[in-house]
Amino acid sequence: MGSRASTLLREEEIEEIKKETGFSHSQITRLYSRFTSLDKGENGTLSREDFQRIPELAINPLGDRIINAFFPEGEDQVNFKGFMRTLAHFRPIEDNEKNKNPPATEPLNSRTNKLLFAFRLYDLDRDDKISRDELLQVLRMMVGVNISDDQLGSIADRTIQEADTNGDTCISFQEFMKVLEKVDVEQKMSIRFLH
Amino acid sequence: MAWLTLPVDLLSKYLGLFTDVWLTLVFGFLIVPAVFGVPFGIHKYYIKILLSIFEWTTLQMELKAKEKNNQLYKHYTSGIIVKVPDSTLKQEIQDLRCSAGCLSLDPRFELADVFVFCRKALENIIDDDVTKRFSAQKLENWNLLTRSNHNFRYINLQLLALWILGVLIRYGVLLPFRVTVAVTGIFLFVVLSTVVGLIPCTKTYLSDKVHLMGYRLCVRSLTGIVTYHNRENKPKNDGICVANHTTPIDGIVLANDHCYSLVGQLHGGLLGLIQRAMVKSSPHMWFERAEVKDRRLVAKRLRDHVADENKHPVLIFPEGTCVNNTSVMMFRKGSFEIGCTVYPAAIKYDPRFADAFWNSSKFGLMGYLLRMMSSWAIVCSVWYLPPMNRKEGEDAMQFANRVKAAIAAQGGLVDLIWDAGLKRTKVKDTFKEEQQQLYSKILLGDHEYQNHPES
Repeated sequence: MGSRASTLLREEEIEEIKKETGFSHSQITRLYSRFTSLDKGENGTLSREDFQRIPELAINPLGDRIINAFFPEGEDQVNFKGFMRTLAHFRPIEDNEKNKNPPATEPLNSRTNKLLFAFRLYDLDRDDKISRDELLQVLRMMVGVNISDDQLGSIADRTIQEADTNGDTCISFQEFMKVLEKVDVEQKMSIRFLH
Repeated sequence: MAWLTLPVDLLSKYLGLFTDVWLTLVFGFLIVPAVFGVPFGIHKYYIKILLSIFEWTTLQMELKAKEKNNQLYKHYTSGIIVKVPDSTLKQEIQDLRCSAGCLSLDPRFELADVFVFCRKALENIIDDDVTKRFSAQKLENWNLLTRSNHNFRYINLQLLALWILGVLIRYGVLLPFRVTVAVTGIFLFVVLSTVVGLIPCTKTYLSDKVHLMGYRLCVRSLTGIVTYHNRENKPKNDGICVANHTTPIDGIVLANDHCYSLVGQLHGGLLGLIQRAMVKSSPHMWFERAEVKDRRLVAKRLRDHVADENKHPVLIFPEGTCVNNTSVMMFRKGSFEIGCTVYPAAIKYDPRFADAFWNSSKFGLMGYLLRMMSSWAIVCSVWYLPPMNRKEGEDAMQFANRVKAAIAAQGGLVDLIWDAGLKRTKVKDTFKEEQQQLYSKILLGDHEYQNHPES
């Protein structure tokens, strides 16, 4: 049954999102249905609390960081377009060939953009470098209270040492990509959407 | 003003006639048979007619959608993402590292590890198992109720006419009938229950009859069409009956077939009046609000009740709150600690005729009853499962999970480990801490983790 989706979401908006993200018409309406079911305030936007209401997300150690990725700099609400833009990073790359009108700029789900998404989970202050502190923060989120500060520090140091090629004790995006060049990013950072 | 009296006379005459006919119909066909337990008989045909109408309406909607080159969105046959079978965190991290020849499988940290958490999080944002249990189940076919179709717009003239006819029948004919039956039923029940309570000797026999009559009237007032399966497994006096919880009507549906002792909080108002009347003829356990919090008191009263052979089995809903009848959520272990026989029952409502789920955050009890009485019918199946006892070496939680799995399997429901209380509260931090522990083990290796598990 067309849900609240197809009437409240105008055709022009669907076309815009299609062009920008590469999702198909039916995928967009289905995701809009999901968006509205998460939107308890029924005001057309999602807040951080709306995401936190998903129990499986709330228990994810990196849950907060990932939720953050949906919200533009300094904002507390995300609308449907923003929601779709973030989800678009996780479209499988092979889906792009099915598109009749590929976007002019680099698609949101390219390998580089997927890696950039992961990089930004670490790089909180968006200075294009992962500092030792930022790395420690993420590590602490993932391990909780189970590893001592010293051990965590040495893990962070070793990781930076292995990745850092220009000696600035930070990991830049280029260095990040180099470390992960053999990883099958296309598959591991993709979700199989039904058509 | 003589000319005014004539039409008024006529009006009152016709109104009187109308009321007479109506009351005769209601009493003759609904109340009296219900009081004596005689079935009414036209339910099968009613359902068949409704089902064929619903199929026709869906066909119309599909045709219309095809015109626009879009597909009709069916919530169950189409999902959003491909569901992969669950695997552990360790497996996923290993898969990730294996797929890239350069990453090590040894216990250490890899920058790529975030990918696993990332993907899981996104999958949960798009489609998770829990949040969809707290809102009404979405239907494949439209059943002519606007409440189950958020997208009501003009399809064609026939459909609109059919819908208007449906509204007139439901609110003009069915609702008044049902309200009359319900009111009569409650009134009769309260009076008879109090009367029976005053008679010393044949208390149990008469009170059972009165209770069954009361529930039968309630079920008839909702046009409840209940099919009971495996009646040989009906609960006996030495145990408790547990069932999945969707609506306050669950209790009525079960008590329509067998006498139970109910457990719950004592309310005020009309509900409280009914509760107090019930207690006069049969031992139910109503707790004051303060007492409910005292688990030991509740457990003791339950234990004493179960030990008494003459008292009916206790009816308990271990989920603690209503969920939408597509899944069974975590059972509270309190009732399984008593140590008596458990008689499980599975209740499954057919969502095509009414949405039985009580979404207490959306509407209160009166609003809910109004919706129920203006739906087509409440069609459900009840399965009585064979009795279960706690096994050697099994703790209360494991026993509860075993019973839950049996109920889910019988009712065709999804068996979830999540707490139904998540409807209102946040998930406990211990679950996140578990995930963090698992990852720490992967980072350090199991052996080293034993030696340094502190901050």
